[in-house]
Amino acid sequence: MKTLIVNGFVIDPSQNLESKKDILIEGKKIQGIYPVGEAPSADRTIDASDCIVIPGLVDLHTHLREPGFEYKETIASGTMAAVKGGFTTVCCMPNTKPSNDSESVTEFIMDKARKEGACTVYPIGAVTRGQKGEELTELDAMSKSGCIAFSDDGMPVTNSLIMRRALEYSKIFNVPIIAHCEDPFLAEGGSVNEGFYSTTVGLKGIPKAAEEIMVARDIILCELTGGKLHIAHVSSGGSVRIIREAKARGIAVTAETCPHYFSLTDERLTTYDTNLKVNPPVRTQEDVDAIKEGLRDGTLDIIATDHAPHHSDDKNREFDTAAFGISGLETAFALSLKLVKDGLIDLNYLIKLMCLRPSLIAGISKGTLQPGADADLAIINTEKEYTVDSAKFLSKGKNSPFHSWQLTGKIEHTIAMGKLYNWD
Amino acid sequence: MIKSKDLLGIKELEVEEIYHILETAAGFKDVLKRDIKKVPALRGKTVANLFFEPSTRTRTSFELAAKRLSADVINISVPNSSVVKGETLKDTALTIQALGAEIVIIRHTSAGVPHFLSRESGLSVVNAGDGTNEHPTQALLDAFTIQSHKKKFKGLIVAIVGDIAHSRVARSNIYALIKLGATVRIICPPTLMPSQIEKLNIEVYDSLEKGIKGADVVMALRLQLERQNKGFLPSLDEYFNLYGLTTGKMRLAKSDAIVMHPGPMNRGVEIESKVADGPQSVILEQVTNGLAVRMAILYLLSGVKS
Repeated sequence: MKTLIVNGFVIDPSQNLESKKDILIEGKKIQGIYPVGEAPSADRTIDASDCIVIPGLVDLHTHLREPGFEYKETIASGTMAAVKGGFTTVCCMPNTKPSNDSESVTEFIMDKARKEGACTVYPIGAVTRGQKGEELTELDAMSKSGCIAFSDDGMPVTNSLIMRRALEYSKIFNVPIIAHCEDPFLAEGGSVNEGFYSTTVGLKGIPKAAEEIMVARDIILCELTGGKLHIAHVSSGGSVRIIREAKARGIAVTAETCPHYFSLTDERLTTYDTNLKVNPPVRTQEDVDAIKEGLRDGTLDIIATDHAPHHSDDKNREFDTAAFGISGLETAFALSLKLVKDGLIDLNYLIKLMCLRPSLIAGISKGTLQPGADADLAIINTEKEYTVDSAKFLSKGKNSPFHSWQLTGKIEHTIAMGKLYNWD
Repeated sequence: MIKSKDLLGIKELEVEEIYHILETAAGFKDVLKRDIKKVPALRGKTVANLFFEPSTRTRTSFELAAKRLSADVINISVPNSSVVKGETLKDTALTIQALGAEIVIIRHTSAGVPHFLSRESGLSVVNAGDGTNEHPTQALLDAFTIQSHKKKFKGLIVAIVGDIAHSRVARSNIYALIKLGATVRIICPPTLMPSQIEKLNIEVYDSLEKGIKGADVVMALRLQLERQNKGFLPSLDEYFNLYGLTTGKMRLAKSDAIVMHPGPMNRGVEIESKVADGPQSVILEQVTNGLAVRMAILYLLSGVKS
């Protein structure tokens, strides 16, 4: 089966490509890129006029919930949400039930993803058994089974010695340790950013210091060990400053932020909308500005979704007991495109943040349109406006604070491993 | 008139609405002085008391207020709502609604629960305390008490001393008193000071001596005795030495200052018995006024025109 994408504006930072081209796909691979009108004929043709054609987006931080929480999301539904959002690769976090702390769970996820997944899935293994922060998992066996990184996401590795050992031991496999930076004592019982709004809505706050202290600790341990550290979901301006300083000193740390950390502030909490409840919490305008600056100047390497789908029973309830998390795969691109529309970064750089760099950090050969690469592409109309309707999400998790937002940037087609999805 | 079907908090009220509640309460206070302390205003209406936190005085006060207005009252106490198991809050609310209640009075450990109920049900919701957000009827009865002694709010200095961080009473009082034009000072150790509260245009002190100076009203808050285990305080003795309301400290306030406390009191922790039972204390008056204020609120929310 040959598919030809014609008249699209192709952007691929991996080969400094930014012009109108035709792309030929054969089976699951990209066959070649041609000047417009010069490609050989194909079985089907997609007209990508008025659209950009980019490598499929790569998410380094996804919760697929399977095994164990299939009522929230499954590998099937989560990967469908991914392709709907323009993603063709998702890296799924290990906080499932059981947690992905052994090769058998990793193999289960890989197998299930091959059978039911709409796109490529790479598991992220737990750093410690049961994500308890006590004993290291078998990094060798799990890497061989398919894990591309290790993290106790959702549960910080509180013990500094264990974190040190993880950063040391992971060097054998050259895999990143993804750190969920949170001091559990400072954060205890909190559900929103600590500040003026936590005071006036009466919800217990999580101070920025809870994140920043652990960002600083992990960077210091990264320097000590020479391990590969990736900081997950940066939410605070202070963390950006600490990472910037570390990078200036040449420490090999990378970091991500998520669309909600540059799109929302804690001012919205006055509605007690539990869809705003996420960990780390959305912060202040000052933090939003610092995160945008961090994305612009390269302190923050990538945008990830931290897609955290939940059932309405876990969200439509008291704020204190509602689950943390935002269903993010289906809004991430348009929210991020706003950074381009606002003149902060250019489109080419955005594609770097969402395709090429996440692939490099994960050490996977994705995020590129080079001939011979996997046929993973997104075809996007960057001028088309639409209204977010979370009820229509393909994710089982309808928990989005962006419901009814007017966004620009519509995914028209996604091609994942050669399989075409047409939206609308 | 009150614009909303609910009383969620003082934040949501306009100053005219506060005055209207206080005036209406004055009328009911007269009723409470009569031999027969009952009026038929809410006859045929059903009021549900839904308490997810232990409470004696607030629940009793609301119950009696509803009964004085001739309403039928349902009391539902859900002790220690761990809410993980059992009926969801939404289902409880819908059940109460299906039973025919029009007004639900809710107390809950979690902030925002009254707002949630208001959104999810057609009930008229009265917030009787939600987490560390608000306790609006307490602030209204406090305002009523202050007004009856001081006849005004503008120019008054009100000093609130105690565990501000965990106090919904302090927050509702701050919102009400600022709206009414008083100067509000809060006094507490920095460990019990909520983040950025000074942005509410109040004065912040960590010294009782300084904060109480020249005050017209001194309000002590209940200190939860377990605070010392959580590292907020080294000991209750030290707290009493620094922040306990004593006759000696009261001398720094205006000579005609009144002393208030929302109850229940920890004598010897936040307040000395001599002060609690002394001539400046209006603490029991607050309880009586609470009844009148809650009658006013139920009456106004039930939409009965006078």
